[in-house]
Order: sequence, then structure tokens, then C-alpha cells
Amino acid sequence: MNFDFARVFQELTPLLWDGFQTTVYVSIISIVLGMMVGLLSCYFRTCRFRILRFLAASYVWVIRGTPMIVQAFFFFFGLNQVTQAMLGFQLLSRDMAGILTVTLNAGAYFTEIFRGGIAAVDKGQTEAARSLSLPQSRTMLRVVLPQALRISLPSMVNQWIISIKDTAILSAIAVGELMNRTQVYAFGTFVFFESFIFVAVWYLVLLSALMILSNRLEARMNYDKKN
Amino acid sequence: MTKKIRVTNLYKSFGELEVLRDVSLDVAEGEVVCVIGPSGGGKSTFLRCINRLETVSGGEVQVDDDIITDPKTDINKVRERIGMVFQSFNLFPHLTAKKNIMLAPVDRKKMTKAEAEEKAISLLTRVGLSDKADNYPHQLSGGQKQRVAIARALAMQPEIMLFDEPTSALDPEMVGEVLQVMHELAKEGMTMVVVTHEMGFARDVGDRVILMADGQLVEEGKPKDFFANPKELRTQEFLSTVL
Repeated sequence: MNFDFARVFQELTPLLWDGFQTTVYVSIISIVLGMMVGLLSCYFRTCRFRILRFLAASYVWVIRGTPMIVQAFFFFFGLNQVTQAMLGFQLLSRDMAGILTVTLNAGAYFTEIFRGGIAAVDKGQTEAARSLSLPQSRTMLRVVLPQALRISLPSMVNQWIISIKDTAILSAIAVGELMNRTQVYAFGTFVFFESFIFVAVWYLVLLSALMILSNRLEARMNYDKKN
Repeated sequence: MTKKIRVTNLYKSFGELEVLRDVSLDVAEGEVVCVIGPSGGGKSTFLRCINRLETVSGGEVQVDDDIITDPKTDINKVRERIGMVFQSFNLFPHLTAKKNIMLAPVDRKKMTKAEAEEKAISLLTRVGLSDKADNYPHQLSGGQKQRVAIARALAMQPEIMLFDEPTSALDPEMVGEVLQVMHELAKEGMTMVVVTHEMGFARDVGDRVILMADGQLVEEGKPKDFFANPKELRTQEFLSTVL
């Protein structure tokens, strides 16, 4: 068996660059939306309306309890089949279905991450803020959340990494991201070994950059050790 | 003298556990009331009922004309007039000393940012910490933290200050600096309710001393009489263990 890294590099790199852009944009949108969904659902989980608590708990339960690929297929093939039949058009493009899947997944896990962070903030912090006449909402915003986010940061970074890697699953519904582009090339040319090494390197570089960035962020948010 | 705080027949239970039983107490304007007694006797709970950090099970708490125990009362409005200092300081660790003090006045729109900053600096100077304005809480000693916490509570210009064992978490050599700030506050006429184990402070600064035990107000009196001639057996027992 002959390896031909040079040729594969030349042929695959433009495809990987294209896939990389999709991976990055799908990841960024999904993570940002996922954090907003997580914050909202975390708020629902702890609010005083039973129906909202129930909704948030069900959401987390369903997402955590089903494989992501099932969700992706459901949104892209399942949902689209129904809208096609009933409304005459497909509701979600591949990218939209992919973003929805990763967003909802990230959101469910962020819900738990934020909840843990908020629970870890000392009760005395809330009492101090309330005794200073801050209402509940302002106490949450000005005193509890900043500390909760700081506490949650390592888990948040972990979820960012997981969500980026999750986008590879979207290759199954042919979202043109890194994995999908590699698969198309590799199965068309039967060059597997080199192809998957190259795509692995792209992921490694992307995630390493994120890890370095997040280390800096953690250092900056570390008010307990800042001088 | 005008009544600042009026507590009438206060009851408080945590589930089955009855923590306060029929406690009544009036505090006059400018008065310093020190609450002493054994741990678990209900002192802190009593204090926390005054600004509704605890909801009561029965009875009434009134501050000026506001009924604290009435759910319709805008508690945040009343809390602007009641400062509180905690045993564990509860400074906001993500904010500098100055920002800790500025938070409430700015957020409650009592002051502009510039006014609040000026106020913060003058309060820090008052508690002897003008050089620590930009330090984070973890860079301060226990005594310094508690002085910042007092300054923070004073920033809202309260008429009443509640102290919940403010020196209990401090190293012995730092107790004095905190007590001194409290002493000065008392001299300036602040209405204060102080839960404390510092008998010296209660005797020297208190206008009235109260012993709480088993959820009840056991005895009250002027510090001199209270410490020299306690009437109740429970008080005598307690004093004999701490003096």
C-alpha cells in the first residue's frame, strides 16, 4: 500500500477549508444560541410557575435521553416531510436543521451547567444584595450571575468543545462541514487513511485554539487571584 | 422617643422547629440594643425577621410606619432604610471594595455613578480603608472586609443598622477595629440592633441588653443592671459561662 499525503493534501485542503468555514459558523451560531436557550431554560427551571418548570425539565429530559443523530434526522427528514405535505415547502435547510440540533443539545446541557453554577453561589451573597434593597431580578443579574458564570466557566468551555465536535454528526444529514467534506472525498477516491488524518488535524487545530483562548479567559475572570 | 422598630408577638418556625416564640420588642430612634444569648437561641433569626430575610410565622414587625410582615409592603423600599452586616461579611467577591459600596446606591438610582463613587471613598475613609478602594475582597483581612461591609451598608444612608454577630468570624486581634467603627456609629445616633457575643461592647455601647434563649426574650435591661444584677436564672447561668 502506498501513501500519498502530498496529493491528498493538495486535493483535500480546499474542501477542508470550505468545510471548516461551515463547521465554524454552525458552531458559533449554535453555541451562542445554545447559551441563550440554556439561560432561559435555567431560569424556567427555577422560576415559580410550575408549567415553565415542567417545560424546561421535559426539554432537558428529551434532549439528554435521545441520540443527537436521531434528533438531526427528525428535524431534517421528519419535520420537513410534514411541512412539505401540509404546507408545500420544506421548513428547514440542512444547515438550519443542523444548527437547531446542536443548539438544542447545547442548550440542554447549558441549562444544567448554569443551574449548577447558580446553586454554587453562596446564599449569603443573595442575602447581602437583598438586604441592600436590590430586588430579586437585580440581585440575580448583578451579584449571582456574574459569580455563577465564573464558577461555570470550565464546564462551559467543556460544552463549547463538545458542541464543536457534535457538528461532525451533522455530516449524516449532509451539512457541508469538515467531516462531510472529508467523507465525500474519501469515499469517492477510496483514500481513507490520509483523509481522516488530515481532518483530525483540522479539528485539533480548531479546538486547540479554543482551549488556549479559554485559558486566557479563565485567567482574566479569576478575580480571586487577580492582583 | 419615637419608635423605630416595633416587634409584636413574633413567632417563627422552620417546619416542626419553633425558633421564636412570642417575642415582642420596641427599639427607639437612636437606641443601641444588644442581643446576647446562647447559640441556637433564635437571636439571628429574630434579627433577620426585622428586614424580612426571614418571613415570620406569626406576629408583626413594624419599621416606622411600614408593616414589614405585610406581604403588600414594598420590602425593597423599606430595606433602603435598613442596613445589615453579616457574620460572614458577604462582600461581593467579583467587585472591588469601592464597587461593592457603589452597587446598591447606583442600582437603586439613589445616586449617580460619580456621587456614589465619592460617597464610597468618603465611607472607606471613615472606616479607615481609603487606600483599599480598588482592592478585591480576597485581598483584605477579615477585619478590613467587615469594615468594607459596614461601609457598604451605610452607602444607602440607612436609619437603622442590623448587626448579625459581626465579629464572630474574626481573628481576635481584628475584633477591636470593627467594634470601634460600630461604636462611632452608635455615638452618631444610629439606631442599631446588634447580635453579639462581645459582652464588653454590649456593656459599654448598648443602651439596652437583651438575653434571648430557646426562642424567647428572657430578660432585658440597662447594661449596668443587666450584667450586675441579672434577675432571671437563665440569664445568670448564661452570664456565668461567658464572663
